[in-house]
Amino acid sequence: MVDVALHSTAIAEPVSPSRIRTLARFRFRDNAFRITTRAAAISVLVILGGIILSLIIGAWPAIDAFGFRFLTTETWDPVADKYGALAPIFGTLVTSLIAMLIAIPLGLLITLFLTELCPKWLRRPIAIAIELLAGIPSIIYGIWGLFIFVPFMQTWVQPYLTEWFGWIPYFGNLFQGPPLGIGMLTAGLILAIMVLPFITSVSRDVFEAVPPVLKEAAYGLGCTTSEVVRHVVLPYTRVGVIGGVMLALGRALGETMAVTFVIGNAYQVSPSLLTQGTTISATIANEFTEAESALHTAALIELGLILFVITFIVLAAARYMLLRMERRAG
Amino acid sequence: MTLYQRRKLKNGIVIFSALLATAIGLGWLAAILGTLLFHGAAGLSLAVFTQNTPPAGATSGGLANAIVGSVLMTTIAVVIGTPIGILAGTYMAEYGRFAKLTHVVRFINDILLSAPSIIVGLFVYDLMVLPHLPGFSGIAGSIALAFLVIPVVVRTTEDMLALVPKELREAASALGMPLAYVVGKVSYRAARAGIVTGILLAVARISGETAPLLFTAFNNQFFNWNLFRDGMASLPAVIFFFSLSPDEEWKALAWTGALIITLAVLALSITARALASSRKAS
Repeated sequence: MVDVALHSTAIAEPVSPSRIRTLARFRFRDNAFRITTRAAAISVLVILGGIILSLIIGAWPAIDAFGFRFLTTETWDPVADKYGALAPIFGTLVTSLIAMLIAIPLGLLITLFLTELCPKWLRRPIAIAIELLAGIPSIIYGIWGLFIFVPFMQTWVQPYLTEWFGWIPYFGNLFQGPPLGIGMLTAGLILAIMVLPFITSVSRDVFEAVPPVLKEAAYGLGCTTSEVVRHVVLPYTRVGVIGGVMLALGRALGETMAVTFVIGNAYQVSPSLLTQGTTISATIANEFTEAESALHTAALIELGLILFVITFIVLAAARYMLLRMERRAG
Repeated sequence: MTLYQRRKLKNGIVIFSALLATAIGLGWLAAILGTLLFHGAAGLSLAVFTQNTPPAGATSGGLANAIVGSVLMTTIAVVIGTPIGILAGTYMAEYGRFAKLTHVVRFINDILLSAPSIIVGLFVYDLMVLPHLPGFSGIAGSIALAFLVIPVVVRTTEDMLALVPKELREAASALGMPLAYVVGKVSYRAARAGIVTGILLAVARISGETAPLLFTAFNNQFFNWNLFRDGMASLPAVIFFFSLSPDEEWKALAWTGALIITLAVLALSITARALASSRKAS
């Protein structure tokens, strides 16, 4: 546009010098601004690249020393300088699985309440309250978990779990062991509450995108609320809901502080959910500043790399799902 | 039981569980806030804001150095992260809305938005602490937090600029304004409330972050204004170290700190939400 004004031959009269100067300044600033914004956009990519690169470089001594065995060894022994990531990886996956098993039904039921049952004036306050759960810093979940929730689990939940389910063959193994309060189950429950808002907010968005005609048609046929949700809303929003779940899973996998407080930090792979364990992020948070040997630090950074790769895959899948949902809706 | 009764019963169960689930969610929030008030409010006094964190065994002390450290590092993180975030969001919404780069950046940014914050801590440790540039310090903590600010601001800026009606831009362009001026004088003004919301959300997100600070700003028992030397205390880090100690006085301070930080973060996110919804309504 500026170029046209500068070079146009359609303007018969010679352009005044001040006008040329102004237009040149416009053009310069326009270009400068465009290049600056472009550089800022590229810097987002640079950050990701930098993170991956620095993790790989930092982890290299450990990758070099242990190779693939790192992923399959249970020993984590800073004294002997031998490290294996099986226990933290196991703990990360198990606590996230527990969190998902609880948060998914809970989140979907809350969404059902908010979109189908709740009076309109009450919707916003309740939705905001649930989303505030995501606003509370994770360190608060940690301190609350350790001093309030752990004693509660120890006295009121875990002994009964052992008593009721502990005798069942195979399945009962999940609930055997002394009720310590801290452990995998407690960590999983706290994670469930932390990621609940991600599931409700995404599924509320996609539930509301269901064309009312579809729901009305089902209601008109005499369907009950639960049938409408089960057979109309859920099938229509499945991809979006799965996207929200993956997003929550990404959060659960990487959550650090809350888990560090209540997991117990024990390097063991045990079938019982009541035993103490550790997760990747809890291990890093606990040991990183105290790591003495270079190999110890490298092993911790390799844990970070593994965590990043896992969450990257989960989050990428989540985005892909949500994008598909958006395309269909819009 | 007839089919009708069975369907009705099933529906009743589902509705009851939905009510129960909502009650559990709300109850949990109430339980957390309740215990925070119960344990934290007792320790609230002027000393909390004027005295430094006490050494082990001391009977009096406050959180002044931690509060100042948190505010300082959060401010600097926002000062560093916001311009980059806004500029990147501007490119994505104004210049390259359909460019391939925009799609890639949006995807990567969304991943950074939810990536584990402890990874960012490791990254900044490698970048600044390990090579002693300048080691454990407030600036390292600020930069780690800035990396968390950027994705939030990029996302909201892009979303908000995309909502600005294209007729406004076209009108400005028709008057002969170069694109940079259209963005500065029209788009930014129209999207201002939304962008501010994004910044507030980013502040709320980072002011409670602990994991990235542990390896970067670490902690400091004393007051430290120097961003480039020694560690810097922050509320979340102090809560972490104090609550895991056996010292009762430290534990009480940790609860008080937890109350302060939660109230601050919730106030920020409620303000941000109110701002966003008042905009939607208008």
